[in-house]
Amino acid sequence: MSSYYTSILYGAVLTVGVSLAALLVSLVLGLAGAGAKLSGRPILVALATLYTTIIRGIPELVLMLLVFYGGTIGLNNLLEAMGSEATVDINPFLAGVLTIGFIYGAYMTETFRGAILAIPKGQAEAAWAFGMGRTQTFMRITAPQMVRYALPGFTNNWLVLIKATALVSLIGLQEMTYLAKQASAATRSPFAYFLFTAALFLIYTTVSLMVLRRLNARYSLGTKRVQL
Amino acid sequence: MNFAVIFEPQNLALYGTGILTTLALLFSSLAVGAVLALLCALALTGPWAPLRWVVGAYTYVMRGTPLLIQVYLIYYGLGQLEWIQARWDTVWPWTHFKEPFFCALLAFSLNTAGYTAEMLAGAIRETSAGEIEAAQAYGMSRFKVMLHIVLPSAMRRTLPAYSNEVVMMLQATSLASAVPAMLDVTAAASRIYSDYYLPFEAYLAAAAIYLVASFCLIGFFRFSEGRLLAYLAPRKL
Repeated sequence: MSSYYTSILYGAVLTVGVSLAALLVSLVLGLAGAGAKLSGRPILVALATLYTTIIRGIPELVLMLLVFYGGTIGLNNLLEAMGSEATVDINPFLAGVLTIGFIYGAYMTETFRGAILAIPKGQAEAAWAFGMGRTQTFMRITAPQMVRYALPGFTNNWLVLIKATALVSLIGLQEMTYLAKQASAATRSPFAYFLFTAALFLIYTTVSLMVLRRLNARYSLGTKRVQL
Repeated sequence: MNFAVIFEPQNLALYGTGILTTLALLFSSLAVGAVLALLCALALTGPWAPLRWVVGAYTYVMRGTPLLIQVYLIYYGLGQLEWIQARWDTVWPWTHFKEPFFCALLAFSLNTAGYTAEMLAGAIRETSAGEIEAAQAYGMSRFKVMLHIVLPSAMRRTLPAYSNEVVMMLQATSLASAVPAMLDVTAAASRIYSDYYLPFEAYLAAAAIYLVASFCLIGFFRFSEGRLLAYLAPRKL
């Protein structure tokens, strides 16, 4: 195995890192967004709706370039305006994680909103009747049940998110797509390296799918299934 | 913020060319992809098991790997193969592999075909048994049942999912900018960014163009769903 393959394998670690970090961001934003949409307060609902509508209408790549190049200049202008001599470079890892997390936060918002709505209202009312607060109701009653409803949508979002991490290579993060491109330019055998990278992505998505299926089975325990 | 630059004639023209390229890529890849998807969906729901496995593997790989890698594989990768290298100067279909537009189009079509085939196959499988039995009772052949009963209704029922796919494809065409010498909306924005060093303005303009295009597509699909799927809508009292 040539050293290029090994370096692509190291790049895979970075791919996993970017995707998991972005997932974390998107989960937080998704929960916040779903909470805002269901809060019933007009300002919050309008903000969350604006967020999900706009983000889903713009390509990930354009947003990423906007955050990476625009963010760098914006920050530096801000520093200059505050009278500082220092310049900052946004690092591509952070830009990638934040943008992907921000984008998939919008998709997660819709998934979580649907999942919360799917839980019968009486459950939360019963919890309140027992004197639980909002947080307690969410942690003990809503969250454990919404996992089951959210999992199918979550699985889709996660698979798309994994594939979106390949785009981070375009802003210079040295994850596996970037390394494969470098290797293919250096060795003039692009087919082999891209195929190898594609296979690694396929393994990543396949393993994720298997884990999520297990999780789905675990969280669907005790639900009644009807055979038509 | 210096949006005046965006509205200078030569830059507007650049975005205009970009919009044309993006739309050309979108609609041609959707057209090619739809034909491929129909064939794949028929194979996926067909009686012949080996074909089902092969097409199933195809859609699995297409849906499991990033589009960017697929574009790279076709644009950079295929040129490596000696078999194609020997042909792309002279023999007809292979001469196209030197054109960036063709490579991007091929990658996008194959990709959207993978996703659309699975949607359509799902809709075909969901066709209610009664409809098919009724058609058989009329003495229709397998081919006729497919053509007159199953496909028209399955294609209509795919519409909501397909509209998502079309919007996703519009956004996916931005990856064409990763292929050198392709001037789509994103590439136009990148060029203006590097000419004027105005990333915010350049990419915000591109984002606005995509947003408008997405809303137009969504509006069009809402309208056609209203017409084509009216029989599935809840009854108005």
